[in-house]
Amino acid sequence: MALKGNLADFSTTQILNLINLARKSGTLHVYEPVVVAGEFVDAGTGREEDRRPKVVPGQERVQIAFKDGQLVLAATGNTDGHLANVLHKAGKLNADQARVIRERGAKYSDKALALMLINANYVTQIDVVRSIQQHTLDIVYDVMTWNEEPFAFEENVLPPPEKITVPIDLKNVIIEGTRRAQEVKPLEDELPNLDMALKFPDAPGDKFRGIHLGVEEWRVVSFINPKNSIRQIAKACNMTDTEIRRVVYGLLQAGLVELVKPPGMQAPAQKTPTRASRRQAKAPAIEKSVVQRLIAKIKEA
Amino acid sequence: MPMQTVKMVITGPFSAGKTEFIRSISEIDVVTTDEKIAAGSAEFETKEQTTVAMDFGRITVDDDLVLYLFGTPGQRRFDFMWEILAEGMLGFVVMVDSAKPETFREAKSILETFRAYAPTPYVVAANKQDHPEAWAPEDLRIALRIEENVKLLPCIATEKESVKNVLLELLYSILEEMDT
Repeated sequence: MALKGNLADFSTTQILNLINLARKSGTLHVYEPVVVAGEFVDAGTGREEDRRPKVVPGQERVQIAFKDGQLVLAATGNTDGHLANVLHKAGKLNADQARVIRERGAKYSDKALALMLINANYVTQIDVVRSIQQHTLDIVYDVMTWNEEPFAFEENVLPPPEKITVPIDLKNVIIEGTRRAQEVKPLEDELPNLDMALKFPDAPGDKFRGIHLGVEEWRVVSFINPKNSIRQIAKACNMTDTEIRRVVYGLLQAGLVELVKPPGMQAPAQKTPTRASRRQAKAPAIEKSVVQRLIAKIKEA
Repeated sequence: MPMQTVKMVITGPFSAGKTEFIRSISEIDVVTTDEKIAAGSAEFETKEQTTVAMDFGRITVDDDLVLYLFGTPGQRRFDFMWEILAEGMLGFVVMVDSAKPETFREAKSILETFRAYAPTPYVVAANKQDHPEAWAPEDLRIALRIEENVKLLPCIATEKESVKNVLLELLYSILEEMDT
């Protein structure tokens, strides 16, 4: 089954959430957007204002690899993923060292090269792991700010074994990426109703293990209760609508909280009284035997 | 004995396959109110006709029981019809085009709208599962944030057996609801 789309419709945060929850292994490819002249896609509303030019994948910009729902490696389309460059960027090698290693170590795999550098006391194992981890995160956080690129997820395609991979918990990546999100509109789309409440999922202890929340997030978490609306939590925490949306969206995407209707909440607020609100639409009262007859009929249809 | 009629609503975004779904199971030619889409409009890129007010299909159980299937118009400019169609429904099916992630947000929005209309059981049909770019139902569940207790079913609206399966699962959900 394919997992293809455009970041305009399904954001990087949502992709990471899907990969995390489904414990997927594979490689996410993100491409340059190439506009197809004269062709459009519809958002399913049929409205003129909701259509946009059709975009197809161009040159690959980024590859991000995942194993069992964890981020393990990322590389950009150009060649800066060489271990010497990664260590140089992290300040573990100077420019000359990086250049010499690149030239002389061209025939070695990343793993072999790392071993030689560690044995030669250029770097430590921790330097290598942290540098690759930071390099991977820098790429992913950058991709989390993109919003028009086509993507495709190739299931079970992983980096070659000679590459060094460092497992990173996606929940922390999602929360940090959401902190960096600047766009307000998508947050409003994703979390339109601040009168909803929040609750913890089953086994919250497991979900929160190893999670690095900031002060603001902990304050919000401390108020989570199906009786408290998000708006009430924002008021208690002295946060604006945008601030609370950003925090709650991150927690939701990381699977740390779930949306629930607070007690007594009715249908979403409408601008004008609707037929349903006037009549309190209810399912018709029918006999169980009627449903059983329908089942029998459809089975034989 | 007076004739008893029950109603189910088939909803979903524009071009999700609602008309095909009803056409596959209805015993009568589906009464559609499709109108030609103007060339050059947004919808014309996807299909040449669209449902204006509703599709209408029928399954006669016997002399005194008939099931009506109502398909909602997918275009938002006709959403004033949705609530009228939702009145008195036994349950509803939300159709999602599994191969068009650009419509997932609208599918979720329609689902929430219908949930607000009436507390009736519903199922989500992951349509066009025969399309090479279709998302798997389990991925759609996460993408659309569908709760585990809601049935999300693979569907090919042009295949009668697939449509029967979706309707049966909705009816089983309705039965379960009656038992609780």
